[in-house]
Amino acid sequence: MAELIKFSKRQTQALAAAKVERREQYLAFTLGGETFAMDIRSIREVIQFGGITEVPLMPPFIRGVINLRGSVVPVIDLSVRFGRQATAVAHRTCIVILELTLGDGSAELGVMVDNVSEVLSIGEGEIEPAPAFGSAIRSEFIAGVATVSDRFVILLDVDHVLSVDEMSALIG
Amino acid sequence: MDLDRAKQTYIIEARELLDSMEEALLAVEQEADPQEPVNAMFRAVHTVKGSAGLFGLDAIVRFAHTVESVLDRVRGHKTSLTGELVGLMLECHDHLAQLVADIQQEAPESAEAAQEGDRILARLAPFLAGGLARTEVQAPEALVVPARPALRGRPDAGRDCWHLSIRFSPDVLRNGMDPLSFVRYLATLGEIVHLTPLFGTLPERDSYDPEECRLGLEIELDTQASRSTLEDVFEFVRDGSEIHLVPPNAKVEDYLQLIKALPEEPAYLGEILVAGGCLTARELEQALRRQKAETYADGAVQGRMLGAIVIQDNAVPPPVVAAALDKQKKVQERQAQELRVVKVSAEKLDRLVDLVGELVIAGASAQARAGAAREAGMLEATVTVNKLVEEIRDNALSLRMVQIGDTFNRFRRIVRDVSLELGKTIELQIHGAETELDKSIVEKLSDPLMHIVRNAIDHGIEPLELRRARGKPEAGTLALQAAHDSGSILIEVSDDGGGLDKERILAKALERGLVKPGAALGDQEIINLIFEPGFSTADKVSDLSGRGVGMDVVRRNIDELRGTIEVETEPGLGTTLRLRLPLTLAIIDGFRVSVAGASYVVPLDVVIECLDLAPFLESERNHLVNLRGEVLPFLRLREVFRIPGEPPARERVVVIQHGDQRCGIVVDCLHGEFQTVIKPLGRLFRGARGLGGSTILGTGEVALILDVAQMMQLASGGRPSSRAALAQST
Repeated sequence: MAELIKFSKRQTQALAAAKVERREQYLAFTLGGETFAMDIRSIREVIQFGGITEVPLMPPFIRGVINLRGSVVPVIDLSVRFGRQATAVAHRTCIVILELTLGDGSAELGVMVDNVSEVLSIGEGEIEPAPAFGSAIRSEFIAGVATVSDRFVILLDVDHVLSVDEMSALIG
Repeated sequence: MDLDRAKQTYIIEARELLDSMEEALLAVEQEADPQEPVNAMFRAVHTVKGSAGLFGLDAIVRFAHTVESVLDRVRGHKTSLTGELVGLMLECHDHLAQLVADIQQEAPESAEAAQEGDRILARLAPFLAGGLARTEVQAPEALVVPARPALRGRPDAGRDCWHLSIRFSPDVLRNGMDPLSFVRYLATLGEIVHLTPLFGTLPERDSYDPEECRLGLEIELDTQASRSTLEDVFEFVRDGSEIHLVPPNAKVEDYLQLIKALPEEPAYLGEILVAGGCLTARELEQALRRQKAETYADGAVQGRMLGAIVIQDNAVPPPVVAAALDKQKKVQERQAQELRVVKVSAEKLDRLVDLVGELVIAGASAQARAGAAREAGMLEATVTVNKLVEEIRDNALSLRMVQIGDTFNRFRRIVRDVSLELGKTIELQIHGAETELDKSIVEKLSDPLMHIVRNAIDHGIEPLELRRARGKPEAGTLALQAAHDSGSILIEVSDDGGGLDKERILAKALERGLVKPGAALGDQEIINLIFEPGFSTADKVSDLSGRGVGMDVVRRNIDELRGTIEVETEPGLGTTLRLRLPLTLAIIDGFRVSVAGASYVVPLDVVIECLDLAPFLESERNHLVNLRGEVLPFLRLREVFRIPGEPPARERVVVIQHGDQRCGIVVDCLHGEFQTVIKPLGRLFRGARGLGGSTILGTGEVALILDVAQMMQLASGGRPSSRAALAQST
């Protein structure tokens, strides 16, 4: 049921190389055709989409909750969070489980994405500040943009995108 | 020996002792016979001081010593316990608590703390000198003590000192005692004028066992302490150790006896005594010559019995022996009592309850599978297992239960302090202190309760003149009550004060913009305005309340505990706040229902009955059902939760009772009772309505637990407050 990310040999080497060059690892994924990436440090695992229990009276960006080995973890639809359409469930739809540190402890959160592609190693120098226009995503959600093999990859600021305080205020 | 852990234990015990001291102080004012509380206070301070001495916590020892002396006078009826002294004692308690807290923080001894301590000690001085005579106390210097000429350096200093000869038992170190701590403690009783350590009994290097204690001490101690006090110091090492005490100004013969009693060479011992100033060299010489003569006269060299406390002067053996026996008895009693209670770390308890919770879920899963497999034997086995699991669950949860009386009793101090500050006399009544609830609830309850109590004292109870004018008794009454009521715990805080003034509340709400002008609000709605954020009718922002962050925080705290809070008030007569809380936060007996295939859990303790929703029973427009002649409002879970889809032809109703309200919940299917662990939904869902948590079913599916109180509010159209008022006015 759970599919874990397997690091290819190239990526393992990249990881080793990164230690020398001050590069960070980012997990790339697609959402409505666009490629985004998140810093890998808060990512715990990636699982296949399924077994979601809907929670009533929630704003649409909350897809529901899942049972993750005995813990009840909420699942956010990132696409809706960005003001777009709800993510359609397809064969490759995944949930990325993150562990966020809050003021008083940590919390697990699941993020629903179209599909997950690979781990990118991106150096600080390769990151450009977010463009003032372009994708209609709130500017504080974007930490920067990087170009990887001729693709634009939008790097997300996880703390803002998944700010528990902001989201819980939207609920209650 | 792990001193750090021992110190941690000391801190915990010191806190408990200080708590009991405070309790005793507050009780003294109430009770007719104050002797027992006075004894309790004395014991508490005595133990705090003694144990502090073992760890070399000089600041505490110094301070506690004087407090103990005053309390000793009180219990000996030499000083009376006036209200002023009680107040002073409470300050001493606070100071000691601060010192203990400093120890825990590992903060260095601060000059301010020392000064504060000295200030308090100075005010204690008159009570030491003979009680009622109110002498002018000096400026805060160190405690005034009749000056004695320094003994150190005088050649015959030893004569005016107590001489202590101690030969520690070889097991002292193994038993966890540090000989040095005794020396430190002795130093707190007076001044050590001379000290000689003895290692004569150390064996050859190869056969030396480092865990054995081979230490002996010869000490000249300049102290005012009594023999029994000095003996007490060595209580814990008395077994197996040799302890001899010679009081000051003893005769040469007494020292001679001592020398005979000790195992070392007489000449060597004599030298020590001379060095300590107990004897002159000449006296020693004469004594030794005499001793030799005695020996031969006896016919044989007889050593005195070892391990006996030699009583030298006019002190009569029986009292000392009686005291020793008494002490032994007390130690035994204490041990017996300690066996009845076991200290368990809170984390271990939580872990146990977590595991039991998982066991409950796993058991349910196993039973479900057995049922599906339709194997009778297997099903029976799992049912038996689950019955046992249920028992373990109940036992484990009961471990977490604490009496609410402990929390209530903490309020005595607050009521006393606050009433003094405000110049009101308030009597605190406590009922149902034995009512038990989950410890995590108790912890989270103390802040909101504190605020409610402060409000009652500050705003509720009227000032003295007003009470007199209204013909009420001068002392206001504040009552705290706790009781179990149909699966919940009910806590009431009531006062016989002036009640809530609806006019003022409405006026303030209008002023703060919480209500639109012209809105028509019912009495209860007006009263519930006090729970809105930013609300407060106190004109003067007093230290306690009136800062406008009060009741809404209280309500939020109660919400987080899945409880409810209600206010009942009568102008001129008083106010009652009623809190209703679940008995436990961890495991729930639930009733599973489903709507559109998704499972929901209704807490079993609110379920009264279930029935079919037959068409002829309902009045669709008003959402009312005729239940055997009773009119029952109902709500459709599907509607309240806005779940899409059509309901089935035949729906079911679960009739629930919350407080004194009944209601029916209409669902698609009923699935029956089961027990499960509550998994909180987390901070993200803090504002979720109608939900009190989630749980994992035996199938692995997540089911949402309904919050009945919130559901009933949702059904009746949201909170009866500003929302209703705003809706009505626009």
